[in-house]
Amino acid sequence: MKKLDRYGYLFIAPFWVVFLTFSIYPVLLTLYYSFTNYTGSPGEEVVGFANYARLLTDTYFIEAFFNTIKIWGINFVLQIGVALLLALIFSDLRLKLKGLSFFRSFFYLPNLITISSVALLFGILLDWQHGSLNMVLMKIGLISDPINWLAEPVTAQLSVSLILTWMWFGHSFIIVMAGVSGISTDYFEAAHIDGANRWQMFTKVTLPLLKPILLYIMITSLIGGLQLFDLPMLITDGIGSPDGSLNTMVLYLYNQAFKYNNYGYASAVAYGLFLITLIFSAIVFKGMFRNERTAQKKGA
Amino acid sequence: MEQNAETRRMLPDSEAQPKRKEDRPLKVAPPSKKKTNKRFARGLIYTALTLLAIVCFIPFLMMIVNATRTNGEIMAGFSLLPGTALAENYATLSEYINIWNGFKNSLIISVSVTVLSGYFSALTAYGFTFYNFKGKNAMFIFMLVMMMVPAQLGLIGFYEISKTLGILDTFIPLIVPAIATPFTVFFIRQYTQATLHISLIEAARIDGASELRIFHTIALPMMMPAIATMSIFTFIGSWNNYLMPLVLLFSPEKYTLPVLMGFLKGSQVAENLGSLYLGIAISVVPIMIAFLFLSKYIVSSISAGAVKE
Repeated sequence: MKKLDRYGYLFIAPFWVVFLTFSIYPVLLTLYYSFTNYTGSPGEEVVGFANYARLLTDTYFIEAFFNTIKIWGINFVLQIGVALLLALIFSDLRLKLKGLSFFRSFFYLPNLITISSVALLFGILLDWQHGSLNMVLMKIGLISDPINWLAEPVTAQLSVSLILTWMWFGHSFIIVMAGVSGISTDYFEAAHIDGANRWQMFTKVTLPLLKPILLYIMITSLIGGLQLFDLPMLITDGIGSPDGSLNTMVLYLYNQAFKYNNYGYASAVAYGLFLITLIFSAIVFKGMFRNERTAQKKGA
Repeated sequence: MEQNAETRRMLPDSEAQPKRKEDRPLKVAPPSKKKTNKRFARGLIYTALTLLAIVCFIPFLMMIVNATRTNGEIMAGFSLLPGTALAENYATLSEYINIWNGFKNSLIISVSVTVLSGYFSALTAYGFTFYNFKGKNAMFIFMLVMMMVPAQLGLIGFYEISKTLGILDTFIPLIVPAIATPFTVFFIRQYTQATLHISLIEAARIDGASELRIFHTIALPMMMPAIATMSIFTFIGSWNNYLMPLVLLFSPEKYTLPVLMGFLKGSQVAENLGSLYLGIAISVVPIMIAFLFLSKYIVSSISAGAVKE
């Protein structure tokens, strides 16, 4: 057996060769660059923490951070709200709804489409003069003058949030639904016998039992949301117009590196983004677990 | 709750109700009324769900319709009736870009990535599951930790090493890294531990099969469900990837579909809305058709990925 165990190395060797070359080494190299003034040509100088000091006072980066949080936050609240409502409706035994798989497919459809195509599509659907959205809204009389959705910071951010919601609520719904159907019907029957109404069942039975699933959705959505790039890049001019409102952290990173050749500073942006992701994930985890502890104390 | 209030409001009209208040409670309970109430609620819910489904679909419908209309027609107003300018739009589009070439590039990359990722992740997962070697646990934990690191963190270093290796503007840096996909390894390992028993492998060893042969003929087929589940995500992820090919590819004839879409936006095609819509439609419709056949698997894969732990 001992002799055979050597084969283990053989089986995992390809993985590690590629992993070290294309994942670990680039991450370390980026770390090194973040301490230099590298601009793409050899001969960079080590500048210590200068890039990180700059990052902390860079109004563009700070703005990009808040933009990203705002766009993701609005989208997440809407997305999870719709997903929970849908799951509540479809899991209600008394309603006995049919067509779950049909609706589920439709709700998931937007998530499957290449984001760059989605960005391009909405870029012209939301067009001020010739966009279909304004035309439809004017035809049914909801607005009298066309709205320039992508020219005002507020409506531009809201548009991106809503597009993200449109893309992701079906995905969250599928996951929540999987979680709900995993809950034993005994709980609901017991609650029913105790005289709980629908709202009480939802808040006291379904939600607490769904906590791990909701945590999963929130973490994955947060990590993905902090990396928001394709949509803001392609829906306007690629540098965050209007007024820098669609400038997200990864878009800023991309432009600093590959547009302005500030590789050193862009590397510091990458590590800043990574730290922010870690901090946020930790907060979400802690918040979830603290709630759990207080709930247990109350129960005891 | 709203629908309850509404049905109640409707009751006095549909049936002659006694005026005296104390008589009402008697009338509330009959099963027939409860049924109409429920039917009404269900009707309302179905209407809302259908509306939501339409909201999900209508941008695509507008896209397909507008792809068949001329620039002038699109600017003049909105319509759900198809036009006659499909061939014209296609001709304009083809003057500027070769969209099928982008399609081919995306397909080559996504299929290679999916195959490499599936095969090598299974190989790695097998190595981690059925052998006991020094440093195994440390390596596995290290891999899990690295799983949390977003791809953007190493983006600049990745670009630099591709430059050093002379593989910029080729498909290699887009395909080869798929050999190391930590999450897929993790997922397949979990599955393998639960479904594949070591006794099966020992039996094959006694029969004199070599280790690699055991992997290929016994383990790999049994790992297939887990590989298939992850492959769907790997394929979609690779197909939709925009940032990496944007950074790594320079020649337009090597562009993948997402990059080509971005390129389309800045090109002269954007001045002819019909052609632009057609370009987007060509990039979207095949995925929609594939989804039609695969939606069941995709849905169960998403659920499996989330509920697993």
